[in-house]
Amino acid sequence: MIVETGHYALVLALALALLQFAIPFAGARLNDPALMRVARPTAIAQFSFLALAYGALTYAHVVSDFSLINVIENSHSLKPFIYKISGVWGNHEGSMLLWVLVLSLCGALIAIFSSAMPDKLRADALSVQGLLGAAFLLFILLTSNPFARVGQPPWEGRDLNPILQDPGLAIHPPLLYLGYVGFSIVFSFAAAALIGGRIDAAWARFARPWTLFAWVALTLGIAMGSYWAYYTLGWGGFWFWDPVENASLMPWIAGTALLHSAAVMEKREALKVWTIFLSILAFSLSLLGTFLVRSGVLTSVHAFASDPERGVFILGILIFFIGGALALFALRAGSLPVGGLFAPISREGALVVNNLLLSASCATVVIGTLYPLALEALTGEKISVGPPFFNTVLIPIALPLALLMPIGQMLAWKRSDLSAALARLRAAFAAGVAAAAALGAWQGTPFLSIVSAGIAVYLVVGGVSDIVQRAAFRASSAGAVVSRLRGMPLSAWGTSISHAGMGLTLLGLAATGWGVENIVAMKPGDYYDVGPYKLGIEEVSPRNGPNYSEIYAVMAVRSGGETIARIEPAKRFYQARKMQRSEAGIVTLGLGQVYAAIGESHPDGTIDARIYWKPFVTLIWIGALVMAFGGACSLADRRLRIGVARRASAVAMPEAAE
Amino acid sequence: MKRFLAIGFIIAPLVAHAVTPGEMLPDPAMEARARAITSELRCLVCQNQSVDDSDAALARDLRVLVREKLKEGMSNAEVKEYVHSRYGDFVLLRPPLKLGTILLWAAPFLALLAGAAAVWSAARRRRGPAAPVELTAEERARLEALGLSAPQGGNLKK
Repeated sequence: MIVETGHYALVLALALALLQFAIPFAGARLNDPALMRVARPTAIAQFSFLALAYGALTYAHVVSDFSLINVIENSHSLKPFIYKISGVWGNHEGSMLLWVLVLSLCGALIAIFSSAMPDKLRADALSVQGLLGAAFLLFILLTSNPFARVGQPPWEGRDLNPILQDPGLAIHPPLLYLGYVGFSIVFSFAAAALIGGRIDAAWARFARPWTLFAWVALTLGIAMGSYWAYYTLGWGGFWFWDPVENASLMPWIAGTALLHSAAVMEKREALKVWTIFLSILAFSLSLLGTFLVRSGVLTSVHAFASDPERGVFILGILIFFIGGALALFALRAGSLPVGGLFAPISREGALVVNNLLLSASCATVVIGTLYPLALEALTGEKISVGPPFFNTVLIPIALPLALLMPIGQMLAWKRSDLSAALARLRAAFAAGVAAAAALGAWQGTPFLSIVSAGIAVYLVVGGVSDIVQRAAFRASSAGAVVSRLRGMPLSAWGTSISHAGMGLTLLGLAATGWGVENIVAMKPGDYYDVGPYKLGIEEVSPRNGPNYSEIYAVMAVRSGGETIARIEPAKRFYQARKMQRSEAGIVTLGLGQVYAAIGESHPDGTIDARIYWKPFVTLIWIGALVMAFGGACSLADRRLRIGVARRASAVAMPEAAE
Repeated sequence: MKRFLAIGFIIAPLVAHAVTPGEMLPDPAMEARARAITSELRCLVCQNQSVDDSDAALARDLRVLVREKLKEGMSNAEVKEYVHSRYGDFVLLRPPLKLGTILLWAAPFLALLAGAAAVWSAARRRRGPAAPVELTAEERARLEALGLSAPQGGNLKK
């Protein structure tokens, strides 16, 4: 019964989504406030019914109801409880359900937190959100129904793919979806603004917090996924430029550009048309990502053809919404008023360059991802576009961008002085050069690592230089500095923290060039070099987990003859799917990690192992956390929170607050 | 991460080990060359993995093949060309520059150029002097009725 209730709730949610689209839209055209008011309750109701449906599917997974195809194919009675819950979204149907659940959550959030918005704008935005929901609900009900039953339920399920049975999976997809789908809010706002024809700084003030919210979630989601890949896939890689990863990176880059251009629009009424365009683009790229991942077109063009229904359906949704929004944009953009003027050397000018470089990177990722598909479809030629391509073309764009980031922070709005800005970055330049020299002397080549590490340190120091200098400017005492720092708007903190976070991530990435890898057949009792440490096997034994059996090795990490840590890399075998999965042994030492994975055992007692020393590797993810924290600070800024402009508190500020 | 995102159509079971100690060459310099080459070759039967990372049998064969060719004294470029000639463009993770891939390789520069051109033209349009608007006779009359004279040259900037 519960399953049927869930199924029915899904159908009701579709009906509500259609109402949410049609009635407020008509209301906005007819100027009828009663009709427009329908938007908020229907949005909240649609979310409630989807939550009910999602709860029902979760229930079916938890009680191992093997009369559902979805449960049979992705669950097993012995699967640990947490994976019964996370397994709900570990498959196509369930993850699409999560997708629309998050979409309706976004709608509900707009409905709840939009009291300050003009009625028409809100009604139109919720109407667009409703239409999006309806399209994806139709997709689920017609092609990917998670509630489909089988005639004769089997006794046991086929279990969840072992590599997905991991705590990382419990957090990664919901965060990622919150980010992906969070951009739908800005998309709806943009569409609503284009329909209504009014675009001003107030629009940017409504849109910016949602952009930040989606961006923070996406940042965390991508970082989580990459760390999960790092410790699960067994060779210490964390980013593979895989099309599916690119699918999440594209909206992230576009979202980053949007954050910055929306700031210009809010402060200076400039870049309006561009900001609207980016708002459409960010979510369009999310949709494109969904299409790439969900249609099967990535595995091969033939997989797409083998299940054309789903692929074609999403492609239809994609074309309808992206095409529709762009058509609306083309129709209206020309009539939008041109915003504030600014000199090339100014905060606005720097942000234009930022957007230029980010857009070029974004375009490169999009083209690199789609090119092989397009080429094969057009000419039948098959090519691969892999990591060497992306690294070659993106590093020359990313490093200059990193160089410019602190400079942009130092420039004032409207018109600024470049040499003064550079002078304020003297400490950061010095720190960068010193760090590059020190790290180069300590770790040696590759040259790219040395240069990148220098830029990274410059970025960290430069990122915080702005607020520190502003606080310390002719300060009479330490107390004055502290009170100035406290009086600094949170969004200024946010910028500094996020930029510094980017620097930390860059440092972690640069340090991958200094990693040490040792592939050896390890003999128990012998110790092997791995960077500054030595690693040896103390014991190799079998062990049984709840739904797997494993062989694990206890390895001692030694420094100067003393054991400082033990790690347990393992090789697991999952009976239900007859699949193997490796479990890396990792210990964090300082900012670096010793990483080990084991392979085949040999009759002579040795066991194949890959052991790594990865200096500064944790900074890659720490940096992402810091970036997200910076975003959260900006989000907490009172001015954005309540959507009312406010002057910074009475604390004396030597320069413009932002 | 790609593994998770790709759920729903993962076919190949995942095993941890790619290069095994048994495959490795005794000469570290030559082994390093082999690793550099195989990390830029695609495992043809996997979902976007390099030959160096993959545990598929075919990837193993390619790793061994590359090492054999290096032992025979081929240069890195010759080995790559050898593998390329046998398996075609698809095996190269760094797409070769040719007619079909010019647009791909040029994409970042074209994107930058197009963006820069757009910024430049927008800036020009914006900074261009606003066209002076001539006062109509009626406006002039109203101005004079108010006891004011038209500004210099009879133009008002709107």
